Amino acid sequence: MMKQSITPANTEPEETWTTVLKPEQRLLDLKLREVIRYRDLIFLFVKRDFTTQYKQTILGPLWYVIQPLISTIMFTFVFGNLANISTEGIPYLLFYYGGTMLWTYFEKCFKDSSDTFTTNADVFGKVYFPRLTVPISRVMINMVGLGIQFALLVCFYIYYLITKSPAHLTWFAFLFPAIVLWLAALGTGMGLIISAVTTKYRDLKQLISFGIGLWMFATPIVYPLSQIPAKFAWVFYVNPVSAPIELFRVIFYGAGYVPKEMIVSSIVMSLIFLFWGLISFNKGERTFIDVA
Amino acid sequence: MSNIAIRIEHLSKRYELGVINTGTFFRDIQSKMARFQGKPDPNKKIGHEYYDGADSFWALKDVSLDIEQGDRLGIIGKNGAGKSTLLKLISRISAPTEGCIKIKGRVASLLEVGTGFHKELTGRENIYLNGSILGMKKKNIDKIIDEIIDFSGIEKHIDTPVKRYSSGMYVRLGFAVAAHLDSEILIADEVLAVGDIKFQQKAIGKMNSISTEQGRTILFVSHNMQAVQALCNKGIILEKGKLMKNGSIDECVSFYASANNIEKTTHWTGSNGDSNLKVYDAKIDPITNGLLLTISFEIFTENLDYVFSVMFFNKDNRQLCVSTASDFFSDNDYNNLKKNGLHTIELFVDTTIFASGEYYLELDFAIHISKRIINSDIRLSFEVFDQRNHRHKALSRECIIEPDWDWKLIN
Repeated sequence: MMKQSITPANTEPEETWTTVLKPEQRLLDLKLREVIRYRDLIFLFVKRDFTTQYKQTILGPLWYVIQPLISTIMFTFVFGNLANISTEGIPYLLFYYGGTMLWTYFEKCFKDSSDTFTTNADVFGKVYFPRLTVPISRVMINMVGLGIQFALLVCFYIYYLITKSPAHLTWFAFLFPAIVLWLAALGTGMGLIISAVTTKYRDLKQLISFGIGLWMFATPIVYPLSQIPAKFAWVFYVNPVSAPIELFRVIFYGAGYVPKEMIVSSIVMSLIFLFWGLISFNKGERTFIDVA
Repeated sequence: MSNIAIRIEHLSKRYELGVINTGTFFRDIQSKMARFQGKPDPNKKIGHEYYDGADSFWALKDVSLDIEQGDRLGIIGKNGAGKSTLLKLISRISAPTEGCIKIKGRVASLLEVGTGFHKELTGRENIYLNGSILGMKKKNIDKIIDEIIDFSGIEKHIDTPVKRYSSGMYVRLGFAVAAHLDSEILIADEVLAVGDIKFQQKAIGKMNSISTEQGRTILFVSHNMQAVQALCNKGIILEKGKLMKNGSIDECVSFYASANNIEKTTHWTGSNGDSNLKVYDAKIDPITNGLLLTISFEIFTENLDYVFSVMFFNKDNRQLCVSTASDFFSDNDYNNLKKNGLHTIELFVDTTIFASGEYYLELDFAIHISKRIINSDIRLSFEVFDQRNHRHKALSRECIIEPDWDWKLIN
C-alpha cells in the first residue's frame, strides 16, 4: 500500500487542495463562490426551462398571462361583485391582477425550491454541481414570467391613467424590484427549508400542496389590509407575505396602508428564512441522495 | 509540493437499509431527544455511541489511498464491493460517513452518458447544457464545440431536438462531450460501456491520449478486465468495502483473476435454488472409463415445467456440451421426478470422448422458458487422463475431443 499510516501533520509541506470532502462541513460554509463559478449553468438552466416550458403549445408564453387573468376574472366576480369586498377605489382589474401576479411569483418560488431535490434526483445522483444553481435558476425563470405579467399590468395601467381612474402612481414605484427580491427571498428561503426537511420524510409535501391554497386567503390578495378587523391583525404580522403585497398596492396605486412594524418584521423574517434555508439546503444536499 | 491528485484518508460510508416510515421517524425522534437530554440512546446497539439506523451496512470501510496526478486508476471488484460508492464519494454526489477525501483540481464524473440532456433541446443546446453540468464554462465550450460536433459524427442532426435521435446518436453525443471535458480529474463508470463498441473505443482512446498528453487523472470502474487493462496503468481491488490490493494494473488484474478462480471440487453440498426447487448435493465419483454424477434435490412446487441440465466446459470456459435429464427420461419417470419431495438423479459420463485435461460441469436447472432456478455456484471439476496406449505421442495436437473410434485394416 502506498500510504502506510497516518503521517504526522508537519512532515509534509503544505498541500494546496482544491476540495476537501469530510463527513461534516462548517455550518456557515454556503459555497457561494462555487455557485458563482457555475453561473453559466444557471443561465443555461433558465434558458432550458424557458424554451422547453411551452414547447409544442399553441399559445406559448401567453400562458404566463392567461393564468393570472382568469384568476382576476374569477376574483372580480366572486369577491368584487358577489361579496362586494372593498378594493379601496382601485379598479378591480388592477387590484386583483396585481395581487395575483405577486402571489403567483411568491408561490412559484416557494414550490419550485421546495421540490428541488425530488424533481432533480436523477441528475443529482449522477453528477455534482452546486445544487443551489437549480433554485436560483427557478427564481430567475419565475422573474421572467413576472416580467411578462408586469408588462401586461403596465398596459392596463396606462388605460386606467388615460380614463382618469382613482389609482395613481407614486415615486416609490421604483422600489418594485426591491419588492420582487423581497418576495423571492421569502419564497425561496421557506422553500429551501422545506426541501431539506422533505428529503427523508415527505409528509410536509402533502401539507403544502393544499396548504398553499389556503395561505393565499390569509394574505391580502382579494381584500385590502384596511378591511381586516383589529383582532385579526396579528395574522398579517405572522404572515410575512402580507407586507410586500400590500406595499405594492400602496406604491403603485396610492391606496391602502401598511404599518412600518409589519414591513420591518416581514423583512427580518425573510432574511432569517433565506439564511436558514440556505444552511439547511447545504446540509441536506450532502446526504439526500442516500435517502431519496 | 507532491503530485498527489487525490488523497483518500480512512474513508468509510454507511448506508441505511430498510424502509423509511413512521417507525424510523419515531426512532429518530427518540434518539434525538435522548441525545439532547444527555441520556443514553435507547436505540443504539451495544458498543456503539449512537443509534445509527435500524439496519445499516458499510459500503466502504477505512479505505486509504493516494492517487498521483496523471494516473489512470482502474477500480476492480465484484458487485457490491464498494466501487460505485467510492466514485460517488469522490465525485461529491454523496458525503462520506467517516474519513476524508482531498482533491487537487476539478473533478468531472461520468457515471452516465449525457447526464441532464433535455429531450426537447437540440443537440447543440444539449452540448452546452451537458458540458456546463459537468463543470465546463460556456466560453470554453464555445472554443471546442465544432470539435465536439465533429467527434460525435452527427453534424447533420446537431440542430434537431435530441428526442428525435436514435439511442445510438444520443450516446455518441454524450460521449463526444465527455471526451472533451477539460477537468483535471475524470471519473468514469462502466455504464459508459454502452453504445456501439467502435465509437466507445474511439472515446476511450481520446480520453487516454488526453490523459497521457495533459497529465490528466482518470478513475475507471469496470467489470471488463480487458477494458481496464487497456485504459489504466494502476489499479486497486475492493472487496466488501475494503481495499484489498493497490498496485499496477497488471498485478491487480492477475491477482483478481487468481483470487476468483473456482475451487476445484468434486463434491458440492449446500442449499441452492428458489421456493420451487432446491439442490442439496452434487458429486462426481470416478469409475472406469468415466464418472458418475449424482445430484440430490427437493421439489416444493409440483408439476412445473422443470428442465434438469448439466453443462460441460473445458478449462478455457468453452462450453462443450449439455446433457438434459428431462429430455432423456420417459414420460412416466419425468412425471415422477416433478412430484414434491426429495429426488436423486444419476448420470454416467463417458469421459473417453474427452481429450485429456481439466474440465468442469455446471448444473442448469430451470423452469422452461421462464427462469433459471439455480445460480452458477454449483460447479464440479474433473480431470481426464489419457489412458490409451499411444505408439507416438504428439503433444502439439491439442483437441477438445479424443474419441475412440475403431480403425480397421482392410487389406
